[in-house]
Amino acid sequence: MPEKPEFFLPDPEGLTPSAEGYFGAFGGKFIPEALVAAVDEVAAEYEKAKADPAFAAELNELMANYTGRPSALTEVPRFAAEAGGARIFLKREDLNHTGSHKINNVLGQALLTRRMGKTRVIAETGAGQHGVATATACALFGLECTIYMGEVDTKRQALNVARMRILGAEVVSVTSGSRTLKDAINEAFRDWVANVDRTHYLFGTVAGPHPFPALVRDFHRVIGVEARRQLLERTGRLPDAAVACVGGGSNAMGLFHAFLPDAGVRLVGCEPAGHGVETGEHAATLTAGEPGILHGSRSYVLQDDEGQITEPYSISAGLDYPGVGPEHAYLKDTGRAEYRAVTDDAAMQALRLLSRTEGIIPAIESAHALAGALELGRELGPEALLLVNLSGRGDKDMDTAARYFGLYDSEEAGK
Amino acid sequence: MSGTIELLQEALAHAKAENRAALIAYLPAGFPTVDGGIEAVKAAFDGGADIVEVGLPHSDPVLDGPVIQTADDIALKNGVRIADVLRTVREAHAATGKPVLVMTYWNPVDRYGVERFAAELAEAGGAGCILPDLPVEESEGWRKAAEQHGLATVFVVAPSSRDERLARITAAGSGFVYAASLMGVTGTRASVGEQAGELVRRTRATTELPVCVGLGVSNAVQAAEVAAFADGVIVGSAFVKRILDAEGDEAAGLAAVRALAAELAEGVRKRG
Repeated sequence: MPEKPEFFLPDPEGLTPSAEGYFGAFGGKFIPEALVAAVDEVAAEYEKAKADPAFAAELNELMANYTGRPSALTEVPRFAAEAGGARIFLKREDLNHTGSHKINNVLGQALLTRRMGKTRVIAETGAGQHGVATATACALFGLECTIYMGEVDTKRQALNVARMRILGAEVVSVTSGSRTLKDAINEAFRDWVANVDRTHYLFGTVAGPHPFPALVRDFHRVIGVEARRQLLERTGRLPDAAVACVGGGSNAMGLFHAFLPDAGVRLVGCEPAGHGVETGEHAATLTAGEPGILHGSRSYVLQDDEGQITEPYSISAGLDYPGVGPEHAYLKDTGRAEYRAVTDDAAMQALRLLSRTEGIIPAIESAHALAGALELGRELGPEALLLVNLSGRGDKDMDTAARYFGLYDSEEAGK
Repeated sequence: MSGTIELLQEALAHAKAENRAALIAYLPAGFPTVDGGIEAVKAAFDGGADIVEVGLPHSDPVLDGPVIQTADDIALKNGVRIADVLRTVREAHAATGKPVLVMTYWNPVDRYGVERFAAELAEAGGAGCILPDLPVEESEGWRKAAEQHGLATVFVVAPSSRDERLARITAAGSGFVYAASLMGVTGTRASVGEQAGELVRRTRATTELPVCVGLGVSNAVQAAEVAAFADGVIVGSAFVKRILDAEGDEAAGLAAVRALAAELAEGVRKRG
C-alpha cells in the first residue's frame, strides 16, 4: 500500500459536502434531537481521525493484511464477447475478506468506534454483506454486535445470518413494515436512540444523516483509486464508463469518486428494476423516485403523493431499498452520473453468464452492474473500455439462484 | 383563518394558574378509523386532557415504539390521508374549543408543501405542530410559515442536548418545549427516568416557555411525579394501547380513553 492512505486523497474541488452536509440540494441531517449529539460526535471524531497519521496507518495496515487490498482487476473477455466486443474489466471487491466491498467502510468505522470509547456496535443489513462485515470487525476488535435485518431478508440470505451468528453477533429479525432493509434501518435507529451512550451505529451505505454519506464514501473511495491506477497500468487509458450497482449506493460512490474529475469517463449506476419499473414492483429510486427525506437526509425516495414511503421490490436483498445516498441524487441532477434500471431477469442472466464464461459467481447485487455493462457495451461498440465494480461474491445467493434457474434436483425432476 | 397558538398558550397558563401541570394526550388520526379517531380525541378532552396532539401517521415512524407503530400501520392500511388528519383537527377543535396540535415526521409535510400544510392546519383550527425529526437547523422555512399562520412550533429536547443547543432550540420554538424524559422511542415505561427533572431544569434556564415532559408516562402516579417539576405531562402510547386493547369495540375503547384521561387529570393535579 502507498504511504498516504488512499481514502485521504483530497476531494475534487466543489464535491465535498458543505459544513451542513449538503451536496447541492441533497443531504443534511434530519434526525431526532436525541441523536444530534451522537451524530455530531461521529463527525468530530472523523475529522480528528483524518488528521491523525496513526489512524491512517492502522487502517492501511488492516486494508493490506486483513482485507487483502489492493483487490485484483480482472479482464473478462469471454463475458465481454456478449457485450458487443467491448473490453470489460472487473474490480474484484468480491475477493476482499468477507466477500464484498462492505469491509472497507466497516474497518474504518470500527476504528472510529474504538476512538470514541464505545463498546457496542449496531448495524442494518439487507443482503447480509454489511452485517457479516460488521460482525467480522466486531469479532476482530472485541466489540458487542447487534445486526438488524428484515425478516424477508433473513430468509432469502440465511447463509449470511448463520455467518453473523458464528462470528458472535446477535441478529434481530425485523418484522415491521416491508420487513426488508428500510425497516431494518428504522429498527437500528430506534436501538441507537435508546442506547446511544455506549453504542455506535455503523451505518452501511452512503445515505443517512451527515456525516455518514461523506464518511462512508471516503472509506470506499479506495475502490476507484485502485481501479483507476490498475486500469491505466494495464491499458494505458481511462475507461469509457465506470459501472456499478446502486441500492444505497456505497460501492458505486466508492468506484465513481476517483473518476469525478475525469470528464470523459461516464459514471453509470445500475438500479434494481425488479419486475420492471412500469410494474411498480421495483427499487429504482433515482429512476422513478422524487426528492424527499428518508433515514436522515434529503435525497430521492420512492414515495406517494403525501410523503409515505412506498414498499420497494428487488430480487436482490442488498438493493431492495426505497432511498439512495444524497451524493448520487446530486450527481444525477448535475448530469455527472447517469442511472439506468436493470430488471431481476437481466441481472440473473448476467449472473449466470459471468459464472459460465469466466468462472466467477457474482452477488445478485453486482449482477445488476454486469447486466448494465452488457447493455452499455452493445451501445458503445467494440472499441469501448468498461470498468465494472464486482462488489460482492454470489455464495450467499445460491439458494435464490438455484430456485430461479430450477437447479435443485427435486425441482428438475418436477419439470 | 389563523391558527390557534393563543389557545395553546392560554391552556398552559390556565393550568399554571391552577398550580398544576397540563395534561397533553397524543392520539393518531385515522386510528382505529377516521371517525373513531375523532371520537377518541373528543373522549380524551372529555376525560380531562387540556391539549391533544393528533398524530399524522407515517410509514417509517423511527421514533415510535411498537404500540404507535401498530396504530400507524392500521391507519395507513385504512388509507388515511392528510385531509383526514386535518378533518380530525377541525372537528375535535370545533366540538371542544380546545387546542389541537399535529405531530408527525418531516417528510409528509415537506412533500405536501410547507406553506400549504401550515395554511390548511391553521384553517382547520390547529394550534401548532411538533416535528421531532426536523432539527432546529433545518426548520427555518417551516417556522416562518407557522408564525405567519398563527401556529406554534414545538421542538423536542432530549437528555443528550447540551446547554448551548437547548438555548438555540428554545429560542426558535413557540407554544411549549417538549422534553423527552429519557433516551428512547415512544412507549410506556415502568418508571420515568430521573433524567427528566434535570432536563426540565436545564431547559427552564434557557426559556420562559412552558416545559412539558413526554415519553414513558402511562398512569396517574407517574403523571403526578412528572407534574411535580414540569408544566405539562404528555401521554401517548398508553392512550393508544387502551384502544388497541378494546380489540375493535369502539365504545369500550372510547370509554377507556376517557377513563385514562380522567385518571391522568387527577394525577397532574397531585404534583407528586
